[in-house]
Amino acid sequence: MSTEWVDVCGADGIDVDDVIRFDHGTRTLAVYRLGKDRYCATDGRCTHAGVHLADGFVNNGIIECPKHNGRFDICSGAAQGVPVTVNLRTYPVRVEQGRVLVEIPADPK
Amino acid sequence: MSTAVRDYSIIGPESQRAKDAGLVSADWYRCEVPRETMKALMKRRNGPAVRDTIIWLVLLGVSGWLAYLSWGTWWMIPAFLVYGTLYGSVSDSRWHEFGHGTASNSKWFTTVVYHFASFLDFREAESWRWSHVRHHSDTIIVGSDPEIAVPRPTSWIAHLAEFFAIRSVWAESKKIGYNIVGKVSPTVRDYMPESSYRRSIWTGRVYALIIAGVVAWCIAIQSVMPAMFIGLPTMYGRWLLVVYGLTQHAGLAENVLDHRLNTRTVRMNVVNRFLYSNMNYHIEHHMFPTVPYYSLPALHEAVKNDMPSVYPGIAAAYREIIPALRRQMKDPTYFIDRSMHNATSGSAS
Repeated sequence: MSTEWVDVCGADGIDVDDVIRFDHGTRTLAVYRLGKDRYCATDGRCTHAGVHLADGFVNNGIIECPKHNGRFDICSGAAQGVPVTVNLRTYPVRVEQGRVLVEIPADPK
Repeated sequence: MSTAVRDYSIIGPESQRAKDAGLVSADWYRCEVPRETMKALMKRRNGPAVRDTIIWLVLLGVSGWLAYLSWGTWWMIPAFLVYGTLYGSVSDSRWHEFGHGTASNSKWFTTVVYHFASFLDFREAESWRWSHVRHHSDTIIVGSDPEIAVPRPTSWIAHLAEFFAIRSVWAESKKIGYNIVGKVSPTVRDYMPESSYRRSIWTGRVYALIIAGVVAWCIAIQSVMPAMFIGLPTMYGRWLLVVYGLTQHAGLAENVLDHRLNTRTVRMNVVNRFLYSNMNYHIEHHMFPTVPYYSLPALHEAVKNDMPSVYPGIAAAYREIIPALRRQMKDPTYFIDRSMHNATSGSAS
């Protein structure tokens, strides 16, 4: 499957220990900044009820869903217990020239 | 006017009706709160949770000790009333808060308090996590919410019985009965995935074993005393849970997608707020369940302009609830209309 590196925002476009929503094609992602220099990206909707994680709470490397408190490890996408049982998909992230880029599979034509 | 009993089962015909009406896992109204404000409100602190848990446990221990010392005297009545209330009622909001996992940053502390409070409250810990998730997804949606405490038409006998937890203990005992034989009840299967069955079954069995042990202890010493300390307080100490709990949703609208219409926020004094873990801010809690209980007063301040008027106290809430429940005895379609004066600034989640 072909992928593309997509420009999300400036490196300071995400607050430290916070998350933003990023829509690209048919996908919704959640892009995180952990500490000063670490960025991660996951699918943007909770695997439990499809709620946008960007409204959730980033706490010690965990994203907590705003609707049912489902928790995922941000870097691995691993579900952390009730009510989430399915892991989040994660995406490679890099920072280049002050921009946050995410590698996303290209949408099928 | 029909007073036919409505089917509140989540595995009955109302379940499909709720789905067909788009009321299941739907988008709910949420007040607008700036992200920076929400981030501050969602922050977890160990201090309040540890402090409040220690105070609760010390009060439980001291009242239990006094109850033990007063056994056989008239003083045992107030002593057990206090002990039972701390055991059977105050445990409820602890079960709830630690179940959401928002009270503290410590996972083990959260887990330990959750399981301890769940047992005191006689709620099998695993299945109740899932039940409460459903309650948050589909709050007071008939046919989907398994936690509707005030079905219509009103049954005063059922409410009076609940002051002694008769209905809820019976329902939980049936669930645990399934667990004992290695099964999960059909209702629980509707909201709990198979991956949790094993844990649920074993939790139910542990509860049954503890209760059986207490009964055996009572028989062995020919006294009800052990059960007065373990098990029975869930029932004789339940009254305050009902007093608080009925204020949450009783008499309000069913099948709406706006917590401001089916939930109450009630002003309470500092003692009640401690005993109830600030759950009097119930609209705020439902709308933003990631905010820990100790930040709910601040959340209330942040959203109060987009909320219906606050009830000034428990008595004020009951001045509305009791007439409404009386009316719902004869007219199950009646509800208290909390339509907003200005519901324009929020968004669907």
